Amino acid sequence: MSEYLVNIQNERLSFFTPAGEVKALNDVSLHLKEGEVLGIVGESGSGKSVTAYSLMGLTAYPGRLIGGTLDFNGHRINDMTEKQMRKIRGNEVSIIFQDPMTSLNPVYTIGNQICEVILLHTNKNRAQAKERAKELLTLVGINEPEKRLKQYPHELSGGMRQRVMIAIALACEPKLLIADEPTTALDVTIQAQILELMMDLKEKLGMAIIMITHDLGVVASMCDRIAVMYAGKVVEYGSTDDIFYNPKHEYTRGLLRSIPKLNEKEHKKLVPIEGTPVDMLNPPKGCPFAPRCGSCMKICLREMPAYTDISDVHYSACWLLQKEEFEKGGNA
Amino acid sequence: MEKNPLSMQLKLKPEDFLPASNEEKESLVVMRESVSFWKDGLRRLVKNKVAMVSLFIILLVMVFSFIVPSFYPYTYDQQIRGSESLAPMQYSEQEQARIDAGESVFPHFLGTDKLGRDYAIRVMMGSRISLLVGLVASAIVLVIGSIYGSVSAFFGGWVDMVMMRITDIIYTVPDILIIILLAVAFEEPMKQLATLPGFEWIQKLGVNLISIFVVFALLYWVGMARIVRSQVLMLKESEYVTAARALGASNGRIIKKHLLTNCIGTLIVTTTLQIPSAIFTESFLSFLGIGVAVPMPSLGSLASDAINGFRTYPHLLLAPALLISLIILSFNLFGDGLRDAFDPKLKN
Amino acid sequence: MLKYIVKRVAFALLTLFLVATMTFFLMNMVPGGPFSAEKAVSQAAMDALNEKYGLDQPVSVQYKNYMLKAIQGDLGVSLRQRGRTVSSIIATKFPVSARIGGMAIVVALAIGIPLGCLAALNRGKALDNIIIVIATCGIAVPSFVICTILMYIFGYNLGWLPVVGLTSWKHYIMPVVALAFYPTAYIARLMRSSMLDVLGQDYMRTARAKGLSQSKSLFKHALRNAVLPVVTYVGPMVAYTMTGSFVVEKIFTIPGLGGEFVGSILNRDYTIIMGTTIFLAALVIFMNVVVDLVYKLVDPRIQLK
Repeated sequence: MSEYLVNIQNERLSFFTPAGEVKALNDVSLHLKEGEVLGIVGESGSGKSVTAYSLMGLTAYPGRLIGGTLDFNGHRINDMTEKQMRKIRGNEVSIIFQDPMTSLNPVYTIGNQICEVILLHTNKNRAQAKERAKELLTLVGINEPEKRLKQYPHELSGGMRQRVMIAIALACEPKLLIADEPTTALDVTIQAQILELMMDLKEKLGMAIIMITHDLGVVASMCDRIAVMYAGKVVEYGSTDDIFYNPKHEYTRGLLRSIPKLNEKEHKKLVPIEGTPVDMLNPPKGCPFAPRCGSCMKICLREMPAYTDISDVHYSACWLLQKEEFEKGGNA
Repeated sequence: MEKNPLSMQLKLKPEDFLPASNEEKESLVVMRESVSFWKDGLRRLVKNKVAMVSLFIILLVMVFSFIVPSFYPYTYDQQIRGSESLAPMQYSEQEQARIDAGESVFPHFLGTDKLGRDYAIRVMMGSRISLLVGLVASAIVLVIGSIYGSVSAFFGGWVDMVMMRITDIIYTVPDILIIILLAVAFEEPMKQLATLPGFEWIQKLGVNLISIFVVFALLYWVGMARIVRSQVLMLKESEYVTAARALGASNGRIIKKHLLTNCIGTLIVTTTLQIPSAIFTESFLSFLGIGVAVPMPSLGSLASDAINGFRTYPHLLLAPALLISLIILSFNLFGDGLRDAFDPKLKN
Repeated sequence: MLKYIVKRVAFALLTLFLVATMTFFLMNMVPGGPFSAEKAVSQAAMDALNEKYGLDQPVSVQYKNYMLKAIQGDLGVSLRQRGRTVSSIIATKFPVSARIGGMAIVVALAIGIPLGCLAALNRGKALDNIIIVIATCGIAVPSFVICTILMYIFGYNLGWLPVVGLTSWKHYIMPVVALAFYPTAYIARLMRSSMLDVLGQDYMRTARAKGLSQSKSLFKHALRNAVLPVVTYVGPMVAYTMTGSFVVEKIFTIPGLGGEFVGSILNRDYTIIMGTTIFLAALVIFMNVVVDLVYKLVDPRIQLK
């Protein structure tokens, strides 16, 4: 058993579409200890969600895992059959999706949908499951649980539904909760409530969380570690402090420059990242970020940079870091 | 952390770490060429083998129905004495005698019917009628449906309410019953109309054919009108139309640029899928004996005539029956292909 | 709810009234009267018959008389089948058509829904393609073609099944199969596309993420949502199929309502035409109400208003 709850090594995953192979994940490595919160940041299409889904064996058709190893809680996900995966899903690892409006089945009551997962993974009978469902609703801050259990999803607000989704996810006290942009579809005031609820529950239940988001503000306040993804690659991985105060990759720096800071004395201009994301059908040969990078070098256009360790838990893939090493080596 | 072994083996030179020029950077950005909606759809349609085969069959049937009969050596109502009820490729005694005398006689590919008419040309003429009914009826449905639907959606309010209630009522009307009734009821007035000056063309086209068009026009536009209405309503309320309006685009420009281009894919698809259903209904009416009039054949009436003797002459039934199935199948498959290619909602 | 029922009934009556009116005037456009075909009848006798059935009066008066009676449930007597009321003719013919139609619907649902689901679940694979091909052919072949092919193979060549009449259970097989063919194919296509739609929904991903097995998530979460479009189609289809297919009844010489209707048009038997049309329209309207109620049962989001 490794020291990590989640350990993804060199994961490669492609979608085989009619238009060609889309390399959605290209050599992704990540790890996470029990009880930690990992934030995965990146723009749309960078592979954040695909990474998380593959960990649950939920890769959508026509995607296929083509390389690397995924370990979770002592299971080697690669080697598991669908039947074995089913025992883990919703039990040891659960997920909250982005859009609570469409993630609940419209034709069944809330109670039915919560009890379903309890009955599936525990030995509780119907009455006990219902008790547990009530408990869960109280836990996620929904009042009048008895009444809510009998309601249908369309009778609840978006924030309520996301709370119900969290209740479903937590029903079997999972080791890991994956939150796929859990607040993107919600109003700003509700967003804060949901995030607060999640952190609260983490304290109470002690599970690890993978928080997928494109909102750096969310990760700064919640996460222990951050992985920055770009075009199917983790370009930088480190502790929250590493990423925010000592960013090494140009893309990470660009991201940080593009968010407003309230506590700065002088009002700096926000700097957007120029250019458009890469076309994943025809990815460039070198570093995918090179065409948009302010410090791009000749080598960046030709070759993919390797990872450079900055510390034990902080690494990044950028030729600038290799340049430093090369120059050191050259001097020696 | 495993290192990328490839780049570790790379021999790096100091000049590799020189800044790259903007040109070098730009040369790397492979922008996928932006394709217009139509080009994109067309490309997908051409790639769809089933749809292309169907289109080929449709064109082939059209050539045989509209072009070949004009130079075919037999006509559809020509009765050849002595050549009654021939099997496919069989010659009558007289014809055999002529062949023996060195004359060339055009073969009866599908034999002849009991009145001595060449069956191949009758089947071709039959499919001409079926195609005509399908195409014209769908065109009529398209025109009435889109006008009704867009007017209803455009004015909204109580106009929309009343107009939609009317379609609701027509929707509940048992259509087959009314079609049969209409087809019979229109026959006489049409015949009278045809005798009036200026309306001789009705006689030429066939009274029953015209009544079938009218019947379709009166009944089948409802579905089209509903589709058009919902499309227009959706577009009317969509944000980009609001945006265009806010930018000062005129109504005409909005209709031309946004409403039409967005509706047209759906309209084409719906119309194409309307064609087989019209052909279907026509063949059904002809089969019951209420379709086109003798001696004009339609595929349905040919099949209907062949039923009684079909134990002895199964080919007389099979030829029109299979052809009509083939035509309907091809239009359906081609319509499905069009929908897959041009309906942006189904685009993956 | 009460408001809904009142509204619904009022609309149904209005539709029925309009259908009846339309039919009445259309029917009177049809040239020739019910008695003109009988050449043996003398002019005097014909006048007497016309007078007896009120056909000598102006159309507007005829219309008023008919409608007044129809409201009281009296659809009149047949003009051609002496001494029989329209109601009694419908009462004897409809059960025959309804029996065959009902069986055909059961067959269509029992085969069409599983076929559509199978195709959707095997999307893009061989089984899917086979089912699509069969279903597309199924909606392309007119019923008279199916009937005659069935008749040729099983009736004449193999001699397994009787071809005419309706006296034993064997007689039912071919008409039911012929009648069920199109709806089966149509339902399979409908089911496939709506199933594909549902399988792509977020709540199906939720079901998988909960650890449900594929069959459980299919039967519990997908089927109930996917069946909604089929319900919409099946409602009116039940009405049409139960009142008899004109073609199937003609080919297999089945004494049903469909054959009766075609016969009555060719005979100008006005009262039967009217009676059958009103009866069928009422059935269609009734089935539409049933569809709405079933919808409400299946989908809690639907509000009846």
